[in-house]
Amino acid sequence: MDPIIRTTSLTRTFTRHGQTVEAVRGLDLTIEAGELVAFLGPNGAGKSTTLKMLTTLLAPTSGTAEVAGHDVVREPRAVRRALGYVGQGNAAAHQQRGRDEVVSQARAHGLSRREAAARADELLEAFGLAEHARRPVSTLSGGQRRRLDVAIGLVHRPPLMFLDEPSTGLDPQNRVNLQEQVVRLHRELGTTVVLTTHYLEEADAIADRVVVVDHGTVIADDTAARLKSGLGDLVSLRLASPADAARAAERAARLEGASVEVARDRVDVRVAHGRDLAPGLVTDLAAAGTPAVGIEVHGATLDDVFLHLTGRSLRETQTTTATSTPSTDGAAA
Amino acid sequence: MTDTLETPADRTTRTGRPASYDGERRAPGVVADTWNVMTRELRPVLREPASVLFAMVQPLVFLALFAPLLPDTGAFGGSALQWFVPGIIAMTALMGASMTGSNLTLEIGTGSHERLLVSPLSRSSLLVGRALKEVVPMLAQAVLIVAVVTPFSFDLHLGGVLVGLAVLALFSVGVGALSFSLAVVSAGQDWIFWTVQQTLVFPLLLLAGVLLPLDGAPGWLRLAADLNPLGYIIEAERALFAGDLALDTLGAGVLSAALVAALGLAVGLRTMRRAS
Repeated sequence: MDPIIRTTSLTRTFTRHGQTVEAVRGLDLTIEAGELVAFLGPNGAGKSTTLKMLTTLLAPTSGTAEVAGHDVVREPRAVRRALGYVGQGNAAAHQQRGRDEVVSQARAHGLSRREAAARADELLEAFGLAEHARRPVSTLSGGQRRRLDVAIGLVHRPPLMFLDEPSTGLDPQNRVNLQEQVVRLHRELGTTVVLTTHYLEEADAIADRVVVVDHGTVIADDTAARLKSGLGDLVSLRLASPADAARAAERAARLEGASVEVARDRVDVRVAHGRDLAPGLVTDLAAAGTPAVGIEVHGATLDDVFLHLTGRSLRETQTTTATSTPSTDGAAA
Repeated sequence: MTDTLETPADRTTRTGRPASYDGERRAPGVVADTWNVMTRELRPVLREPASVLFAMVQPLVFLALFAPLLPDTGAFGGSALQWFVPGIIAMTALMGASMTGSNLTLEIGTGSHERLLVSPLSRSSLLVGRALKEVVPMLAQAVLIVAVVTPFSFDLHLGGVLVGLAVLALFSVGVGALSFSLAVVSAGQDWIFWTVQQTLVFPLLLLAGVLLPLDGAPGWLRLAADLNPLGYIIEAERALFAGDLALDTLGAGVLSAALVAALGLAVGLRTMRRAS
């Protein structure tokens, strides 16, 4: 089966104040039908520009993109018929009533008057919006509006769904609800889902595949688990003295593939499967006469992956604090 | 309040419907798309018919507070009202149509315009549908104004009025399309839209002789008025509302309205293509 999305050297440049900015640089990407892919990167990385090209909102400067078997430049209408889209803004106009907007979108996709009405009621019921659907959209809460956006995007049962920063601006509870909704859509209907996010936890929690984007290029592309395990766990040891730390670092460096840093009485060991190796390391150090007096093990987060790849932390670029924290296993030895 | 999400997925699979609607049917044509866009735009007005009445306040103020100041000139069957009403109806048409883009500016700002651009609706239907929408409230307002003034010194010539409204509808579509383009170019920044709209509307109205005849105007003003298509339209409206179907006046009016419509649609389609 052909991939549902295929881009070749996809590039988009903007000219601002006489300067040319390359928002997306030579993107080569293949997404198979049925994947759930998250584009992760800081603001301005080129995630939304890529999505706008794939949804025919923006013409590529060069390169090509095929979506659902159609070229985005030559056959934009066929592409639009195949995809569902949830943009950064609200799909429903604020002066309209929610149900009217769902019906109008269904009619735009060629559903008959009766089918459109039935489909609208079905979606509004499913998204818990039935009793709010006859009010002006401007009076709905942020979470209700976002659900209406998703309902509108799903009106024609698209095989492919794009969501641009779907959970930005939602409170944690609505964010989790939305994520569950997206996962179920993917799992139960087999819908291909492509979303952009700058929330690490979101990409980690729901995506099968994480495409890390920075400065308009893909810098990593794998499952979240493999991206993180590739980096290894961080084992932080505290020792009785800087002299002990130096000797402990020597021993730790014998672990295969370990990278070791010493700072005063601390030794940081970054190594694959660190949480499994840590007990042995602690025993080894005790036997060598330089026992650890404290230990912490952190599993790698996607932020560590991003930091490792770019030298910058993705968290620094975030304005909203995420809800969960990286897991901290391990205790004092 | 706790909102729980329940996926529509389970119920759709249970009913055994096909996975997608689009594989099985033809795309709607341009006419169906245009109708969809127009009725979508009209829906808030239909849900809130009083909004048409609020928009009536301004023309009624002019009719009540300005028309009595006009001398009965004797042109077009005599009364000042007979001369003034067609101009006021043309004014409401221009005002309404020139605000077509205001809704669009809002929708560019909040995101629903982007959603429509990703839908299968054709680009031209998005433009024409919005431009046509203003015709409906314009007609409703014209009927109300005529109904209000007919008991006074205004002679109703129904045939002429109907032709006159058809000409204004054509003019409205053109102005609506230009207003749409202005909104796209302002890219969601309403102040640009409103500044340009307000700056253009009043000179156009005054140079078309809506409030006072331009007969005694100095040469330069006369020249500026001659270049204003709305002037020819209003002259044609005045003749039509008086039951006078003289071909030269009517022809000039129809031609001006058609030119505005053609210009508006050409500019609008071009703007739309360039924006994406």
